[in-house]
Formats: sequence, C-alpha cells, structure tokens
Amino acid sequence: MTDASLPTGPTPKGSIYTQSPRVKRRNAAEGRFKFYGMLAIATGLLMLAILLFTILSKGTGAFQQSFITLNVPLLEAKLDKTGERDLEKIKKVSTFGYAPIIQAGFETTLEQAGLQSDLKVKTQAAILSKSVAADLRNYVLTNPDMIGHTVEFKFLANSWIDGYLKGRVSRISVADNKAISAEQLDFADSLRDAGILRKSFNPAFILGSDASDQRPEAAGMGVSMAGSFFMMLVVLFLSLPIGVAASIYLEEFAPKNRWTDLIEVNISNLAAVPSIVFGILGLAVFINYMNLPQSAPLVGGLVLTLMTLPTIIISTRASLKSVPPSIRDAALGVGASKMQAVFHHVLPLATPGILTGTIIGLAQALGETAPLLLIGMIGFIASNAPGSVAEGLMSPNSAMPAQIYEWAKRADPAFYERAWGGIIILLVFLVSMNALVVILRRRFERRW
Amino acid sequence: MYDAPKLETNVQAKENKIAARNVQVYYGETHAIKDVNVDIQDKTVTAFIGPSGCGKSTFLRCLNRMNDTIDICRVEGDITLDGENIYDRKVDPVQLRAKVGMVFQKPNPFPKSIYDNVAYGPRIHGLARNKAELDEIVEKSLRRGAIWDEVKDRLQSLGTGLSGGQQQRLCIARAVATEPEVLLMDEPCSALDPIATAQVEELIDELRSQYSVVIVTHSMQQAARVSQKTAFFHLGNLVEYGDTNQIFTKPKDPRTESYITGRIG
Repeated sequence: MTDASLPTGPTPKGSIYTQSPRVKRRNAAEGRFKFYGMLAIATGLLMLAILLFTILSKGTGAFQQSFITLNVPLLEAKLDKTGERDLEKIKKVSTFGYAPIIQAGFETTLEQAGLQSDLKVKTQAAILSKSVAADLRNYVLTNPDMIGHTVEFKFLANSWIDGYLKGRVSRISVADNKAISAEQLDFADSLRDAGILRKSFNPAFILGSDASDQRPEAAGMGVSMAGSFFMMLVVLFLSLPIGVAASIYLEEFAPKNRWTDLIEVNISNLAAVPSIVFGILGLAVFINYMNLPQSAPLVGGLVLTLMTLPTIIISTRASLKSVPPSIRDAALGVGASKMQAVFHHVLPLATPGILTGTIIGLAQALGETAPLLLIGMIGFIASNAPGSVAEGLMSPNSAMPAQIYEWAKRADPAFYERAWGGIIILLVFLVSMNALVVILRRRFERRW
Repeated sequence: MYDAPKLETNVQAKENKIAARNVQVYYGETHAIKDVNVDIQDKTVTAFIGPSGCGKSTFLRCLNRMNDTIDICRVEGDITLDGENIYDRKVDPVQLRAKVGMVFQKPNPFPKSIYDNVAYGPRIHGLARNKAELDEIVEKSLRRGAIWDEVKDRLQSLGTGLSGGQQQRLCIARAVATEPEVLLMDEPCSALDPIATAQVEELIDELRSQYSVVIVTHSMQQAARVSQKTAFFHLGNLVEYGDTNQIFTKPKDPRTESYITGRIG
C-alpha cells in the first residue's frame, strides 16, 4: 500500500482568483529579488559607461596634435658654407645651428601670410617643439640636394601651444609659467587664424617612440607596442605548448594519486599568486642568476609565461574535461590507443576551449604591469627606426602598460593626456582579442 | 509471459570463445565481481542479466579490458580468449580491443561524418590499402549494421545528426568495421524507443552468424528474445548460467526464479 492510495479528503483551498497572504509575500520577495538584480546590473553598466566616457574624453585628445606649417628656406650659407654638398661637413652643423634656419622659416611664412608680430623671432620659434631642430637636421642629412631651396614643413607645436588649442592651457594658467607666455598665446591665435597652426591626426602617437620629459608632444606608443608584441610572441610560443602538454598529461594520462592532487592544487594556487611575485622571481632567476639582459622582451615574455601558464592549464583541463567520456570510450572501443583517442578525438573537440583560454591568458599578460616594472621593462627608447635598439627579443624595450605607467608618472600634464590615449590603444587590443574569443567560440562550438 | 525467442535455441556444442576462471574485480575496497566462472561460446548471443549494480557491466568491460582506464579497478583471475590470457603482461589492450569490439549503452558516434565514424577503426588498424578498399569496408560495415540504405546518400553528414536508433546502429557498424571476433554490447537498447530496439535486436540476431555476441541488458524480455545463453548476476556473483530457455522456464536457483518473476531487482 502506498501513501497515494490512502483515502484523503479534499481540503478546501479557496478561490484561485485571490492570492493567499503566503503567496503574496512570496511573490513580493521574488519581485524584490528581481529588482535588486536589475539594480546590480544597472550599477555595473553605469560604472562601465563612466569608465568608457572618462577614458574616451580624456584620451582621444592624444590622437590629435597641433602642427605648425612653415615654409623653411634651407639656407646654404648656414648649412653648407662650402657648397660642396659633402655630407661629412653638413653633419658638422649641430641642431643648435638649425635654430636660425627655423627662425628664417617663421620670417618667410609670416611675410607670405602677411602677418605682423611684435615678438622677437626667437620667442616666436619657441612655440615649436624642441624636437623640431633634430627633425629638420635629419631631413637635411637625408636630402642634402634640397639645400638652397625653400621647403614646406609640418612642425610639431610644443605641448603648451597644443594644450592651448585643446583647451587644457589658458592665459591664467600660464601666468607663472616660464616656458610659455600670454604673448606667445596671442601669436598662436594669429597663426591659427591664418591657418598656419592647426590640429590634425597624429599617427606618430600610435607608431612613434617615447620622448623625453621636455617633449611630451613627440611621445608615442609604437616602440612599447613592439615590445609588447615580442613579449606576446614569447608567451604564446612557450605557454601554449607547455600548458597544453601539461594539461593533456595531467587530465588524460597521469594516475590520480596524492602527487597529482598536490600538483593540481598548486597549479590552482599559482593562478592566484600576485603578479609582482612572478616579477621578483623573474628578476632573481632570469636576470640575476641567468644573466639575461635587463629590459629585454625575452625576459618579460618568460615572466609573463610563468604567469599565463596556470591560466592556460586550468582552462585547457576544463575543456578536456568537458569532452564527454563516451567519446574516449568509443575510440578505445574500436581499438585506438590512448594517445590516438586523445589526439584524434578529444583534443579537436577541446580546441575552441583551449584557444579561448590561451587568448584570455594572453590578454591578461598584455595588460600586466607590475612584474614588468621589476624586471625593468620600462626602457626609454627614443627611436623606433629600423636598426634601432627596439628591434628584437634581446634588445631593451618597453611594454604598453609600462609605458602608460611611465607617462602617468611624469610631471607635465601633457603626458597625462598621452597616458589616457595609451589606455585607449591598449583597450582596443584587449577588446579585439576578446572579440576573437567570442568569434572562435561561436564558430567551433560542437554539438554531440 | 515472455516473447518467444526468434529462433529455437537448439544450441549444439560450439567451441568456447572466451573462458573466465575465478575472476575477481575490485573497485578500490569494493569487491564488485566475486569468483565468476563462465564459458562464452562462439557464434552465440550470450545475455547477462541481473539487477542494477550486480556487476554485469563491470564483468563485460573486463572482457576487452576497458576497465584498464579506471585507475582504482583491479582484476584477478584468468580470462582467456581462444585460450590466450587477455590479462597476460604481453597483451596490448589496443590489439585486444580490435578483436573484441564494444557497443555502449548511449549511442556515442564521433562528431564526424558517418563515413569517418566507420572508417576510423580500419584506418588506425591499417585494414585498407587504398580509398577504394576503405569505401568497400565502410559500405560492408554499414550494411551489416543494417543502416546502409538509410545513410548511403549522406555519408558525409554528421553521425551525431542521426536519430538515436540510427546512431546506435552506426556504432554497431563502427564496431564491426574492425573485423572483431567478439562483440560486447552494454545495454545497447536502453536509450532507444521500441521500434529502434526491434531493429537493433534483429541486427544482433543476424550478427550471431559471424560473431560471438555478449549483451548486457536490463530487459528480461530482450534477453529471452535475442540470446541463446543467459547468465544471471546478483550482488557480484554469477548465480546461474545456462541455455536461455532453461533459465527462463526452469531456473535452478531460487534467486534466479525470484528475479525473473519480478520479486527481486
């Protein structure tokens, strides 16, 4: 005799049109919980919106730069007195020797535009970036034939003028500033009205190299991007094979005993170790003990590999675990060896998960700063031309997040803007890596 | 009470394919199979019946050493295939499994094309020298799996896209593609509807002409329908083993009788 068959009379429950107080309370609690949930999501979204708005509003300015277009007469009398066009002799003229040329450029340009100024030519030329003389000298050295001609140049304005055009610098804020005066701002106004001074897109911010404290207007992310790229190569080529091999062994082949349990716990713990610990480990082992060069992307990549490995191992093991055991049974059942079962059936099914974990690990490594500071991946590289120091795994370099940290540290507010701009570039990389993850997942998702 | 067997079970003295002597299986501390002795005949369908957890699947998996994949599992005693001990140190389980194929409870085709599902075994064992031979093996296996007519026009579509019954027959085709001598089936119909079950049972009966088939089943009707020999397991013991007719009509052991009349289980 089961309970169901015991005679039980129907108990009167009332109409289903009216809610009992108990049901009402329950529904109210459910409604409240939904509201809290939506509130939590709204808060999260609001924070994200504020974050994005701040980054974009502060950082987009860095992609634009103020340029002054000058017609510069490359005076033979100053640059090549002998007229022999002998490169060795032209090289003897230092950047200081180019000051009169630039000043002559201002005179010529103002005359052509029909502008008048009370300022001394030297003071006028001071609104240019300090890097202009070197740029001009490089141009002359590569094109000695142009000596004697008048050439149009687009020179960087200095960071104060740039800030003035962007609204960061005002006449009040420059009152006590020795680097710039209100008169120079007036002069900049007249140049802007004449179309000589103008803001435009600045590719050098994305592709160029870092610049010294005095020339924030010339600083760019290019070199640190190359540094990050080399590091990511090292991380990818080390952590992917090591991580996948380790997880396949642990998941499919290793006996389950106390030792593998211990290894498993330790891998999980490693994933939670603060990155700066890996940094100091890298400093002690790779630089102090193995004598690898400082600031080299190779060392940075090795340290980040240590950091990324646990992430990759954990996600690879998870995706291997998610392959149903029936697939392994099926393969073993037709007489496949364990390795054939893994490599023919399990691994292909786990690949999307492995790739996802790898890319997320790489993205994490790309944004990591602390360990890089400890191994000196904050090299100041002022040139990214071919043949420069920033070209390989062993030469000193910087990395994107370290570069951003460097800029944020510097005193000049113009660097602050560049730090935000750098964050935009970094975020573009991270977002596109994550988008790749989503695409891969959609594309290779399997049904069984 | 039970469906009559399809063929009269007039089992002649056939030679033994597999012989198990004093087999003990332990899962860690648990003694899962206790002292089992059984002779499985060639070209015969042998059914293992018994309540859940009685060890019939465990014993089945000992016959092609699928239990090797379970770390804590330990097998003692002798199991011989054609007189050769399959637990001998010289035996490579991979080679053994090519001779003793297996079909599982849940249809488990690879998430690959129907063709690749069947061709996988012959490929890894090098049974075909060229594409034409492989095509031939695939067709022959699919025909033996009684599924050729349904899939011959879509060999390149996914095996996982078939219906449950078709998937199970595909798995049987995959198992016979490696030319095994023994076919182990672990509740092959438990995930199938009655129509698919009927098709698979019919297939099992046909396979009997070439293979020694061992089938684990929960359904006593199924055991009665498809098998010539039946072994009844209870709590890790082999209680009774004999001709199917005899087991279902005149069981010798009271436990067997209780089980087939539905009093235990």
